[in-house]
Amino acid sequence: MSVDSGRKVTLREHFHQAAWNEPLIVELGRAGRRGVVPPDAGDELKSQVGDVLAGTPAGLRRRQPPMLPELSQPEVVRHYTRLSQMTLSNNVAVNLGLGTTTMKYNPLINEVLSRSPKLTELHPAQDESTVQGILELLYRFGEMLAEISGMDRFTFQPAGGSQGILANALMMRAHHAANGQASQRDEVITTIFSHPANAAAPATIGFKIITLYPGREGYPELDALKRAVSERTAGLMITNPEDTGIFNPQIAEFVRVVHEAGGLCAYDQANANGILGVTRARDAGFDMCQFNLHKTFSVPHGCMGGAVGATGVQKDLTAFLPSPTVEFDGSRYYLDSHRPASVGAIRSGLGNVHSVLKAYAWVRSLGAEGLREAAHMAVLNNNYLAAKVTAIRGASLSFADENPTRRLEQARYSWERLAAETGVHTMDVHNRMIDFGVQGYFTSHHPWLVPEPFTLEPAESYSQEELDEFAAVLERVSDEAYADPETVKTAPHRSTAAAPVPGAEEHPAMTWRAFQELRRQGLV
Amino acid sequence: MKVGLIVNPIAGMGGSVGLKGTDGRKVIRQARTLGAVPRAPARATAALEELVRVLGPAGAAFELLTCAGAMGEVSALACHLTPTVVYRPASTETTAEDTRRAAREMRTQAVDLILFAGGDGTARDVHEAVGDDVPALGIPAGVKIHSAVFAVSPRAAGDLLVGFLRGRIRAMREAEVMDVDEAAYRRGQLATRLFGYLRVPYDPQLVQGAKVRSRSDDTACEELARSVVAKMDRETLYIVGPGTTTRRIMTLMGLESTLLGVDAILGGQVLALDVAERDLLRILRDHPRAKIIVTPIGGQGFLFGRGNQQISGRFVRAVGIENVMVVATPGKLASLGGRPFLVDTDDEELNRTLAGFIAVTTGDRQEAIYAVGHGSGNAAR
Repeated sequence: MSVDSGRKVTLREHFHQAAWNEPLIVELGRAGRRGVVPPDAGDELKSQVGDVLAGTPAGLRRRQPPMLPELSQPEVVRHYTRLSQMTLSNNVAVNLGLGTTTMKYNPLINEVLSRSPKLTELHPAQDESTVQGILELLYRFGEMLAEISGMDRFTFQPAGGSQGILANALMMRAHHAANGQASQRDEVITTIFSHPANAAAPATIGFKIITLYPGREGYPELDALKRAVSERTAGLMITNPEDTGIFNPQIAEFVRVVHEAGGLCAYDQANANGILGVTRARDAGFDMCQFNLHKTFSVPHGCMGGAVGATGVQKDLTAFLPSPTVEFDGSRYYLDSHRPASVGAIRSGLGNVHSVLKAYAWVRSLGAEGLREAAHMAVLNNNYLAAKVTAIRGASLSFADENPTRRLEQARYSWERLAAETGVHTMDVHNRMIDFGVQGYFTSHHPWLVPEPFTLEPAESYSQEELDEFAAVLERVSDEAYADPETVKTAPHRSTAAAPVPGAEEHPAMTWRAFQELRRQGLV
Repeated sequence: MKVGLIVNPIAGMGGSVGLKGTDGRKVIRQARTLGAVPRAPARATAALEELVRVLGPAGAAFELLTCAGAMGEVSALACHLTPTVVYRPASTETTAEDTRRAAREMRTQAVDLILFAGGDGTARDVHEAVGDDVPALGIPAGVKIHSAVFAVSPRAAGDLLVGFLRGRIRAMREAEVMDVDEAAYRRGQLATRLFGYLRVPYDPQLVQGAKVRSRSDDTACEELARSVVAKMDRETLYIVGPGTTTRRIMTLMGLESTLLGVDAILGGQVLALDVAERDLLRILRDHPRAKIIVTPIGGQGFLFGRGNQQISGRFVRAVGIENVMVVATPGKLASLGGRPFLVDTDDEELNRTLAGFIAVTTGDRQEAIYAVGHGSGNAAR
């Protein structure tokens, strides 16, 4: 299959990114320098307030001041502005390479809405009568997601996909405990191409994890599942389509087998961008699911605000939902915290409500038909890009020979041939492509079942020109790998990429102080 | 840095003329008669070219030590390197003993790594001569490449070596040295044996991505061994198959073990080391409550029938297939590239019974369900 838009793509040959060689903030400034010097409180105030530390237990008090950076205000402003110039944000570069992450254009108008003081000035502890508006929004958006998924009730408390999966695992355990089977049913089944959180989250609360590996066609076989289920099965936690973009056509059978064994089924719908309005979790028999609003539902990731793992269950499980829930009595909205069967609070408050507002606005702007069209466009974009990428020398689509069915909204590819023929590896390609002013790509979750992997996910908001540009960049880097591999292997040349300090792979440091300690020990 | 280069000039000569290997003088003469030409020197040159292309000529970046003539010198000169010749074969018709002597000389010269071009037989000779004293890396040039010590291509070998010389690659992995019985192979039977392990540079870039940093497979192996030991009971006889994963279990228990043999443990103590089939059956009569712990042979995925023939079909049946415990880290499963496990015991019906899916212990309270194929298909990498 080949596609040719007939349009000539002009690569950004003269792209050049700022490279400031900026030190870490702890390495900047001087001892004693201050950005803000608050005025002295004065004797009168001090005497009125008394000893402000008196209420702090001695064991919690610092013996010496923290080693904070000491900088002036302009130094701080320059430092962070420089760092921002060394990143490629979604607002600067085409960012369709982060497969499994659903990086789409998130309408900026929704930022305006969520930054309105009407929202930002609210407090989670306010009396219900004064926050009827946001409670109504949470309630109504829950109803919308129920319609989209076929589930009955949702919670927006989990602050990310993994927390949503954790909520589902907790509810699974609560369900079996209610049936007196909590200690017997201690195994959760997942697949190696599901997001790793489907193994990690249930493991953190003590479940044993059984992982299914893919069959020849790239998705797990029903017989493997049958080998895994038993009277110990608590449930199945699975992604579909999996990371490969392959939709498991036997998913309803999977659910049936687990139900027959007495387990529950949780659908990780982080990869839902290709199935909105097309198929529903509940219609396949699932008992619970979670959407990542910061992916499919157009909420920006990370730096632009917190994530939401919107978690929904079918009606038999609603009693286990995290507390509090938002309820409506026909005239007013209220919070219900007196729910004895609940798994409790997953986190404080009601979750990242400003993100729920953005998702609500996005769904309302599209409507039901618009959501379905977005899904269709995402799948079309992906298959258009797949046709272009698989025509590039050295690249291949995983499981392409064994399973020629179309991928949904994302696809996992391999540079195995490129690596064998040129010695250029997938991270080398990644580091070179950013020289052309596009975002790098995601390789794969671990372990790497597909060798030399890369995973692309062109969501519905990318134009054909942008898809063409991205494919042309990959093609250029492949050409370079065959003609002049050293250029690729020493990249980036016109951009910036952070390389880990030697040793950091084995000895990661999470803080500056930990890094200093590792350095003192000669480990990094 | 010092690199020692050993080329087995006759490696791979049999392949083109259908001889399935070149072990032994008679076969070599036969290969020459059939018109076979050496290919290993050219393969070695391809690997060195990659080195020169990236690092420039030797002298600046590394010192190359090699053997006279076709055993390395020719390949080095072909890409304008000026090697120091440290070993001279007595005859131009080189033998396995030449490879072994050369490898020992390289060790004496304190090379940082031995780069060798050849096949499984060459890997065996290097292993026999220096064991794991010196890191090594194979340039694939032989007919038989069952060992996990070879790079996927000459160019990939050069690439790995560049990383090693530049200090980017520091980690080593223990890689299997495997070889088939050529005489049996010519009769159409594939009987691979595990001869030992060489230390091979390990490129974390090949298995690690940017979004998630995974723990090293070494840590995963330690955790796996811990979980296995924690589950052991003192009344059960454990038959532990060969491999580095299973050795970890023995090491953790503070027990001696044989890397290539089958060991028996009971009550936290070694009952017998390197046990043959007949003795395994005898031990089992005294201790009928038993479990077999095996790990797939890296890169190939054989559970039974390669490297652990002592654990015969008869023995597996006597223990009971429900008492077979397969252990492997997720990284090891990934290294199989999606291929199923293979079983090739002497008992065809058992092979068929084992085919399907099997539970694999991959860590603490972690299992995988993995496919088991059967048959003796040539599972060369």
